[in-house]
Amino acid sequence: MPALPLDEAGKYVAAAYLVFLALVLIYVAIMAAKLARIEREVVELAELVEGRQPGGAPAERAREPVA
Amino acid sequence: MLTGAFALVFFYAPLDADQGFIQKIFYVHVPMALVALVGFMAGGVLAALHLRTRETKWDMRSYVTIHVSVILAVGVLVTGSIWARASWGHWWIWDEPMLVSFLIVFLLYATYWPLRFSIEDKDRQSRYASVFAIVAGAFVPLNFTAVRMAESFTHPETGTMTTSGPASVTLTFLASLLGMTLLFVTLCKYEMASKNATFRLRALRRRLAGDDDELALPGRSAAPQL
Repeated sequence: MPALPLDEAGKYVAAAYLVFLALVLIYVAIMAAKLARIEREVVELAELVEGRQPGGAPAERAREPVA
Repeated sequence: MLTGAFALVFFYAPLDADQGFIQKIFYVHVPMALVALVGFMAGGVLAALHLRTRETKWDMRSYVTIHVSVILAVGVLVTGSIWARASWGHWWIWDEPMLVSFLIVFLLYATYWPLRFSIEDKDRQSRYASVFAIVAGAFVPLNFTAVRMAESFTHPETGTMTTSGPASVTLTFLASLLGMTLLFVTLCKYEMASKNATFRLRALRRRLAGDDDELALPGRSAAPQL
């Protein structure tokens, strides 16, 4: 089969590389969402632990925002 | 590394005499396929280590390796389909052994999560999943060899495409392969860290649930429990 002209081949090549990029980005986005959930849970658990301690001091360090 | 490899693809590697610009797909499709297949086999080896030592960390590593390999396999199927459409004029060719065999391998591994999820007992789940990973991992090279031995007139062979061309093609391919391998290792480490953090949190929740039942989480999951 003869090679496709550059203008026609270009869209297929771009599509293939974009599929790869999209896969990696979707994966990273899902992992970021999981990380955010873990962070929320850590804060929640830290608050619970602090709340149970005598005196009930709030978990200041856990409440600090993570960059 | 991968960015550098893709720069080589577009600015260094020559245009293929037969396929022209469309052959550039080769540098993302083939490394992804090779890394995915090696990942499946590595999953089998790690599962064997789990059965031998009974340590959950090996089951976790096998699970994560297979997980990332399946993601890459999705990419292989889609990019392969795009390449097939551009080269052969069809999105899929059912009588092409390489395509169909890879689809079979992908579908085989797609059953890994339902298998794990269907078994409630954690110990039995990890043992059955390890047996599956070993058998499926052994199937991958057998399948690959069988396809190589079968006479194929349409699907290009990786060895032919990299060794029969100029050295720049081989160098670009090796750079892409290395980049893809490093991406695979990075994603595996990322996933492993996430899973470890999740399970440590669950363990902490369980300890807290000793005097507070509402903190206890439902235990059923396809992922291994540390």
